[in-house]
Amino acid sequence: MIRPTLQFLSPDTVDRVLEEAIELLQDPGVRVHSPRALNLLGDHGAQVDQEAKVAHIPADLVQRAVETAPKSFYLYNFEGQPVVHYGGDDVQFDPGSTAIEFLDYGATTSRAPITYDFVRYVKLADSLPALDAVSTAMVCADVPQEMADLYRLYLVLLYARKPVVTGAFAVETWRVMKDLLVVIAGSEQALGKKPTAVFDVCPSPPLLWSEITCENLMDCARYRLPAELVSMPLTGATGPATLLGAIVQHAAESLSGVTIHQLVNPGAPIVWGGSPSAFDMRTGTPPMGAIETVMIDCAYAQVGKVLGLPTHAYMGMSDAKIVDAQCGFESGIGATLGALAGINMISGPGMLDFESCFSLEKLVMDAEIVGMAKRLVAGIAERETPLALDIIRQVGHAGNFMATRHTRQWFRQELFIPSAVVDRDFRRNWEVKGSKDTAQRAHERAEALIAAYQPKDLPAEVVAELETITLQSAQAAGMNRLPPR
Amino acid sequence: MAHSIIDGDVEVAGQLARQAIEQDVDPLEAINQGFVVGVNYVGEQYTLGEMFLPDLVLAGEAMKAAVAVLEPEMARRGAERQMLGKVVLGTVAGDIHEIGKTLVGTMLASSGFQVYDLGVDVPIGTFVEKARQVNADIVGLSALLTTTMARQRDVIEALEEAGLRPGVKVMVGGAPVTGSWAGEIGADGYSEDAIGAVAVAKRLMGGYKEALG
Repeated sequence: MIRPTLQFLSPDTVDRVLEEAIELLQDPGVRVHSPRALNLLGDHGAQVDQEAKVAHIPADLVQRAVETAPKSFYLYNFEGQPVVHYGGDDVQFDPGSTAIEFLDYGATTSRAPITYDFVRYVKLADSLPALDAVSTAMVCADVPQEMADLYRLYLVLLYARKPVVTGAFAVETWRVMKDLLVVIAGSEQALGKKPTAVFDVCPSPPLLWSEITCENLMDCARYRLPAELVSMPLTGATGPATLLGAIVQHAAESLSGVTIHQLVNPGAPIVWGGSPSAFDMRTGTPPMGAIETVMIDCAYAQVGKVLGLPTHAYMGMSDAKIVDAQCGFESGIGATLGALAGINMISGPGMLDFESCFSLEKLVMDAEIVGMAKRLVAGIAERETPLALDIIRQVGHAGNFMATRHTRQWFRQELFIPSAVVDRDFRRNWEVKGSKDTAQRAHERAEALIAAYQPKDLPAEVVAELETITLQSAQAAGMNRLPPR
Repeated sequence: MAHSIIDGDVEVAGQLARQAIEQDVDPLEAINQGFVVGVNYVGEQYTLGEMFLPDLVLAGEAMKAAVAVLEPEMARRGAERQMLGKVVLGTVAGDIHEIGKTLVGTMLASSGFQVYDLGVDVPIGTFVEKARQVNADIVGLSALLTTTMARQRDVIEALEEAGLRPGVKVMVGGAPVTGSWAGEIGADGYSEDAIGAVAVAKRLMGGYKEALG
């Protein structure tokens, strides 16, 4: 069986991308706002300009880091099972993040999300079978922003069984988030052995590591919590206008991340991810649904695969403002091409409006897209030998295959069977059921799944400990009680 | 017994029916307390979206196999299975499309109708003859093509000419068929799909039951 794949770059082009990326890390080098990281690079042979905070990283240092980085690793759910495999061409999906807006069903105006929305979101994301992990998808506006990152993780830990793709907004909060994960895992060692979370770390284009993300990156390495590099050049704005130019810059930023990370702790898991974007030259926006964004994503993932690293991308998103036709086709194109590119973790379902607005209806609709995309890459299997001689002869000219055991044996494996969100009814039945559009059907499924959600069986002392840790951060930020959930 | 239907296992269903006869189980009881339970379950699961058309069809096949074994025994005992009604079914002349019609037949049979499936490309006269012969309650006419759809009207007219129409309801179906077409040609019932057809057939039989008191 052939697994359908998609490649944009010739092997020669990939080599040239990597050569130029490595040259860029020497000249002009990478700017690093973390003194610790600068010193670390300097100790290992990089030429460091302390005043300019620039490290000129030699090629052999980069190459060694790529060699020590693991080719694959597992992410565990909160019940201890390895459920997400970063590596090879395995394709998995999680919701997009980190929205600062929320779109209610039927609304055309978005608003700031609050705890209530987040809890409903986690219950839904945890219930949708197509999604392999959850994410800390929204920033709740009803808590102080100083602890909004860890608060999202706290809510995920209370409600989700699936592993989580997350990230911190500060150096200190990363450590609190690690502590929250340790409460569930039992110990730091147990967590490092069976990681339940991946942390996004985002270099700033071009070629800059802020102190926060750099510290997060190094903390991830220290505790062996997987780090996901999210380099995000914007073509013609914060990166070159050529798609290949953006891919070179992405490679340079990502290689510098891998180098710093592996110097801290060789062999710690790290992911070649990203969120680059084409830049819209009319509006000055970063369209996540643009076809060029999708092309850059697939191509940088190809580069990561040549390096032998696990891959990630923010894809399957739309810049539409509501769950409409643009929302559907952009998400469908992105998720499908990402799956064909064999990207290990694709983050995007649920996300609208340049990765800034979350919709439960879109999440549910996207889950159907994900189901189809996964079916697509599963390919056309040779189920039997001979391929069909026996069954076609058996049925003969009578022509009814439906009454055969053969049909019953195979149809569930051959077909992705969508939920009622995908309409395949006869027109009259569709009319009888209320002539509902996609958003309405998705809304009904969202509400049904949220209502059917079964609470997690967390020991009371675990819940209390999570609450204590989170409340301490809230109090430090001036909030005395956590919002009701 | 119910499991053999749910699994759509024709052999096991037939085997269990034979066992029932050997062990002197009342064949009517075997059907109603045993096999029909499976049919109902499959129907419910289909409605819930948990089971699919092939499950329905194979359940129907298994049911048919069981009933075929039990029927001679019922006749010997002078017992008769209470059927919901007799349906003569076929795809009209000039049209060889089978799957929709067969699905309707399977659904009706599984739901307790006695179904006489005449197959495809059925001449007008054959529908009339069969309806008269078996004293049919319902005639079901399938057509997939807009060109053959008109034959549905011809069959209705032929039934009228033969004087059968007062006692026979007519159901029509097929991709181009609509409710307004059914009304236009004087059909009594129409459904978009096989599951709906069962409801329509039951509704058409409703008047009868009342008449029978």
